[in-house]
Amino acid sequence: MTVFLQYLANGLAMGSVYAIIALGYTMVYGIAKMLNFAHGDVIMVGAYVSFCATSYLGLPAWLAVVLSIAACTVLGVLIEGLAYKPLRQAGPLAVLITAIGVSYLLQNAAQLIWGATPKNFTAIVSFPVPEPLASLNVSAVSITTIAVCLVIMAALMWFTGRTKMGKAMRAVSEDKDAARLMGINVNRTISMTFAIGSALAALAGVLMCSYAPVLQPTTGAMPGIKAFTAAVFGGIGSIPGAFIGGILLGIIEAMAQAYISTSLANSIVFAVLIVVLLVKPAGLLGRYVPEKV
Amino acid sequence: MNFLKDKVTRRDFITYGLVVAAFAVVSLLAAQGVIPRSLRGQLVPVTCYVVMAISLNLVVGVAGDLSLGHAGFMSVGAFSGIVTAMSLTEAIPDPAIRLAISMVVGALFAAVAGFLIGIPVLRLRGDYLAIVTLAFGEIIKEVVNCLIVGVDSTGLHVIFNVGGDKTVADLHLLEGGVAIIKGAQGASGTAKIATFAAGFVLVMITLVVVLNLVRSRAGRAIMAVRDNRIAAESVGLSVTKYRLIAFVVSAALAGAAGALYGANFSQLSPAKFDFNTSILVLVFVVLGGLGNMRGSIIAAVLLTILPEALRGFSDYRMLVYAIVLILVMLFTNNPQLKLLIGKIVPKREEAAAHGE
Repeated sequence: MTVFLQYLANGLAMGSVYAIIALGYTMVYGIAKMLNFAHGDVIMVGAYVSFCATSYLGLPAWLAVVLSIAACTVLGVLIEGLAYKPLRQAGPLAVLITAIGVSYLLQNAAQLIWGATPKNFTAIVSFPVPEPLASLNVSAVSITTIAVCLVIMAALMWFTGRTKMGKAMRAVSEDKDAARLMGINVNRTISMTFAIGSALAALAGVLMCSYAPVLQPTTGAMPGIKAFTAAVFGGIGSIPGAFIGGILLGIIEAMAQAYISTSLANSIVFAVLIVVLLVKPAGLLGRYVPEKV
Repeated sequence: MNFLKDKVTRRDFITYGLVVAAFAVVSLLAAQGVIPRSLRGQLVPVTCYVVMAISLNLVVGVAGDLSLGHAGFMSVGAFSGIVTAMSLTEAIPDPAIRLAISMVVGALFAAVAGFLIGIPVLRLRGDYLAIVTLAFGEIIKEVVNCLIVGVDSTGLHVIFNVGGDKTVADLHLLEGGVAIIKGAQGASGTAKIATFAAGFVLVMITLVVVLNLVRSRAGRAIMAVRDNRIAAESVGLSVTKYRLIAFVVSAALAGAAGALYGANFSQLSPAKFDFNTSILVLVFVVLGGLGNMRGSIIAAVLLTILPEALRGFSDYRMLVYAIVLILVMLFTNNPQLKLLIGKIVPKREEAAAHGE
């Protein structure tokens, strides 16, 4: 039982990381309707910025996190403005390939700047964990990650539901042209979404590397893909869906690693995704929109 | 030469002609020893990537289904091909025939995989289909990673290494037996039987199969399903059947390409056929033009050689590659930039407008 709870706690922590990435992914997808393959690499950049701030500049952890969020926000807006905005009218495949190009660019730039050798990331938080949790090997990082994830989800729900900008985002994601007619600045709304998504990616990067402290230029790629899987799993475009999808994915992965096979863990995660999509083609919480003739 | 009056046929024959001419020129240059060593090693992989690009174009361009797991079929073909070639070493001494058989077996295995995967995948559409093909690509990679295969006088021995605790020793091979696939290490000690000529033949076969399929009744049905699923359904076309035809044919060709690729290296690990390889091939297809087979060939050749040609940039070479990729996408897809190019090269723009 204790062992099971340990695995569950691990799954929850990793699932929270996936959920944070997936929340950013789902917002960007919802509004830009594109698979943003560069999202995973923004995570990696966020982690590197924080690594440099603490290890080279000796800044305190909170400042490093703020710096990395700021850097990634700027990076996200820049990527959107330079690479995706000129292709607003182009087909989805053109944007997809451009996103892949951006992903290569970030990975290779990171390799040139920081080198290919993995860096050892020091956790940004550490505090004594209270007793029932400490005996389950739950770390301070895990608790922080889960808490941060919950706060972010609540904040995003409030933001998209209650604020003017959030409502504009929902409007743009539903119908760009109608939104423009209502006086919404579509380009600014999309930039804003990329800013939020990239800020979340930075946070996820810092938390993920605190949890699994190996940092190299390809660190973000696989979590990026998995987080997208999580977003699809929960129903893409849906904020609670991304959260549930991320957490479930983390738990399934941890359980598969523990009880079935370490080398087939990713396969099991993906197999579950396939089954879910076959039964519910729009994901767990997604709305199925039938095509009209 | 009456049949050449038809515009479509003429276009196809120009494509065949280009491939034959390119093969002749490159073979001649290779015989003269003009081609540098680094590029000579790329000859067979280039033909494999050309076949991959054409076959993926059948799914993405002609059938309109975005597949992100095409390397998975290449992997199935590569490893089944390697196993076939290695186990037939004594039975068939002639390497050319052995290569041909291994390519056929690779194609068959990949076709079966394509069929099994296609049935669930083709129930979905758009980005959901893309993410599920990606998932299957990763699953294939991990499953092959768990395979341990060996051959001895009693036949093939296969272990599926789920726990990660088995090794080649668990195959209990008799004396004289060889381990062919060793789990995550992949295949090593493979006989290098692939030749550039075989690659050329495979490219030609692929072109004939795909171009004839596209121009046939089935091909028109596939395109009708792509352009308007509901309209196609209403005139009695079976959507799943035609999408499945494209998917399985494409998988089989990718399998043959994989078998050729596997026979070109003495060492091959399953990790080679990951998501990045699928993406690489997709880049060829999109840059070459959706549904345009000649474009796929040219893009595959240029982009495989480009990193070699960029060696002068040494460390910056992949960075330059990425920037070139982004710029090409921007310049070919942005209306304002397109206009700019149109002003600089007016003739091309005009020709394109008339051609469409």
